[in-house]
Amino acid sequence: MVFDPAQYLTNSRGGHAVALGLRYVAHGEDWCELALAYDRRLVSDATSGILASGPIVSLMDSTAGCAVWCRRGVYLNQATLDLRVDYLRPARPGKAVIGRAECYRLTRRIAFVRGVAHDGDPAHPVAHLAGTYMLLDTDA
Amino acid sequence: MREVALLPYADFLGITVAGERDGAPLLLMPFSEGLVGFPGRLHGGAVSGLLEIAAIAAIDATLEEGEDPRAMFKPITVTVDFMRPGALADVYACGHVVRVGGRVANVAVSAWQDDPTRMIAAARMNLAIGALADE
Repeated sequence: MVFDPAQYLTNSRGGHAVALGLRYVAHGEDWCELALAYDRRLVSDATSGILASGPIVSLMDSTAGCAVWCRRGVYLNQATLDLRVDYLRPARPGKAVIGRAECYRLTRRIAFVRGVAHDGDPAHPVAHLAGTYMLLDTDA
Repeated sequence: MREVALLPYADFLGITVAGERDGAPLLLMPFSEGLVGFPGRLHGGAVSGLLEIAAIAAIDATLEEGEDPRAMFKPITVTVDFMRPGALADVYACGHVVRVGGRVANVAVSAWQDDPTRMIAAARMNLAIGALADE
């Protein structure tokens, strides 16, 4: 069955993506976009209301994982090997954060992903992601 | 060691201070269904969240009374390596402040489950001290 990130999120009954309230935005052959709604439980400081960096990492890890599944075409076993996130600026309180990731190279065992997170304007991102994923359902 | 207050996001993940290790706060993230990623494993983002919170707590523990680490330190970058799959069980993490300079603080942090010598993930984090230049 072809991997469909919209179905994947809709059908998830539990897990971290559901706990964070991630929702599907769009996808293509090698990319995916997910959204993290603003939630006061996810802030770093109750006074400023600025989102903590951790939920943005989770958004980008989930988005990047989905981009890899989009490129693989199927929902197979894979695990994050490493993630590097640059926090370019704080996300604006009250705004949803959109993550977009692209799997730009797929080998037999490793997938390479890059992405950005923004809070409304893709030209002014809040974070940048580089990540790699280990493909575990392979013969190699 | 100074008592640390964790950020609201730490409560969301269920993280508590479980003690002290090498002069830094030892954090515990008890297993819950909301931390699961691929079936049977912890989510990489949840583990990264714990690592970041442990890094900030390690810096927090070095501050003087009355100083707020959230006002003083802003994350610039985080680099996370995953060494082993996270089992559906409790996770511990502890940070080590490598250097607090005039402008940037660098923290190394690791996470493990039943055996502290078997890390499941580790991260390095750079944080700006004070406001970022263009804010």
